Amino acid sequence: MKYLRLEPKRPRIGVFDFTSCEGCELQLANHEETLVPFLKAIEVVNFREVSSYKGEDYDIALIEGCISRDDEVGRIEKIRAQAKVLVAIGSCACFGGVNRLKNAYNLDEANKEVYGDKPKSTAKVRAIKEVVKVDLEIPGCPINKLEVERIVQCLAFEVPFNFPVYPVCVECKQRFTTCMMEKGQLCLGSIAQAGCNAPCPAGGLGCWGCRGPAPDHNFEEFMTLAKQRGFSEKEISERLGFFGGFEGRR
Amino acid sequence: MLFKTLTKKDFRSLVEIILQSNEVIGPKKSGTNKDGNPIHKFLPVAKFEEIDLGYQTTEFSPKTYFLPYKENLSTYRFENGEWEQDIRYRIQPRAIIGMHACDINALLKLDKVMARDKFPSPYYVSRRRNTFIVGIDHEPAEKCFCQSVGADTVTHGFDLFLTDLGDRYFVAINSDRGFNALAKVDAKLVTEKDSHDYLAVRAKIQNSFKTKVRIDNLPNLLDIEFESDMWKKWGNKCLSCGSCAMVCPTCYCYGVAEHVSMDFTKGQKVKQLHSCNLVDFAEVAGGHNFRPTRSSRLKYRYYHQHRGFVEAYDEPKCVGCNRCGTVCLAGINPPEVIADLQAEGHGP
Repeated sequence: MKYLRLEPKRPRIGVFDFTSCEGCELQLANHEETLVPFLKAIEVVNFREVSSYKGEDYDIALIEGCISRDDEVGRIEKIRAQAKVLVAIGSCACFGGVNRLKNAYNLDEANKEVYGDKPKSTAKVRAIKEVVKVDLEIPGCPINKLEVERIVQCLAFEVPFNFPVYPVCVECKQRFTTCMMEKGQLCLGSIAQAGCNAPCPAGGLGCWGCRGPAPDHNFEEFMTLAKQRGFSEKEISERLGFFGGFEGRR
Repeated sequence: MLFKTLTKKDFRSLVEIILQSNEVIGPKKSGTNKDGNPIHKFLPVAKFEEIDLGYQTTEFSPKTYFLPYKENLSTYRFENGEWEQDIRYRIQPRAIIGMHACDINALLKLDKVMARDKFPSPYYVSRRRNTFIVGIDHEPAEKCFCQSVGADTVTHGFDLFLTDLGDRYFVAINSDRGFNALAKVDAKLVTEKDSHDYLAVRAKIQNSFKTKVRIDNLPNLLDIEFESDMWKKWGNKCLSCGSCAMVCPTCYCYGVAEHVSMDFTKGQKVKQLHSCNLVDFAEVAGGHNFRPTRSSRLKYRYYHQHRGFVEAYDEPKCVGCNRCGTVCLAGINPPEVIADLQAEGHGP
């Protein structure tokens, strides 16, 4: 189907998961209303959640999850070598995600806590970009399928995609959600990257910053105003560290 | 102006008549804030009881019913090498009950931008013309400074405007629509006592403003203090979150994006309100950003409110509702920013 007399290209896509819950992959297979045209707009070369076919000649690799075991390093390097474009999808791939919380503990102790007397191979959690070159990051826990659709459309016509530059506040206001800070909750919305359409505050939960910091976010003022409102440094630090997007800023 | 009075019972009947054939929007209590104070929003109501006319302010302005945050400007479809476009203006009748004078004055300002210039916006005009507006006087909230910007009184831009006289409303009628609506209930002719009581209530309102902002000579002062350090001081606090513009009853800046369907057969042009405080507001093709700093963006926000708009329309864009000051997590508010600017002007 031509659009404005242009024939869209069908990006050859492989989807791969590392340490994660596979929820972002599931998001790719969600939004049934447009699932058929979505899968027509791309060529699925390797995506175990939607197809048993396992090809190796993909151009675009979508990577879910972080690197938390040494054996994952070789696998991601191999995918990087094959892919023309490597896209990190979800907070785990972009920042390490909730898995990154492990880094605050002694690895052996963490291993014992989780696996008891049957320890598994484990390493410090790293985001994909800390291991191989990443061409595009689609943050979110999980990713927003509608945003992915727009990105795929841009890939199909080889035009640039722009993420919103504003923080979550704009999206809360645009859906008439009362400010969570006004309600007395801690909320990272004023410094966190939008694009999710602010579902958490709409559901009564302050933002946890799963998409990481917004461009030009005002971290210093945020810390000042959060403390003024009575939130402890520990509480703020825990919130900032939850998805790993604010690593180095707490 | 034509005036009548209406008992509260008759006003209720009037709203119920309006409800029969219109979507009705009114100030609704939607929760409480951290200090236990009520939060109101202009929302659709199904029953008269849902409207709380005693509200002080609303978190969002009723602007959204005239300039929605997101609006589909055009839908187009491609087929067999041809394309067709479908443009729809919102024409369904709607009534907004309980708008304060500041918000009606805000509409009058938007009218100047959207409805009267060489290129009126049919999207705005169709919504404006098909909205029946019932305004109401109120005692100013602590931070309201609408009086300082001449927006505490309104003489047009509405259909009916109520002033609460205790047992009855004093009603100003500003349209044939309003007149005809009042004819459906038992509106009374105004007596001398009614006029007297109305003027007494108005005088009380006019004397109860606690927050005052001097705006005389602001356009010149803004030019003189263009390089002032006070912009850095306030700019350093700004979160660039755009909340001020989102809740402002007169901010109208927007962007337009193309949303294409996943099967590439149709698309939409979608308008979305933007804010001059957002980092890409003055970014142009090629990547240059004319306002890369928070302080420059905040400064130009005040410039548009109190200088640019004055130059174009002989009045400030601000109506003194202080929603921006209330919503701002960093505490940036017009009375303090303007006072700071004036203090600079009096400096050495």
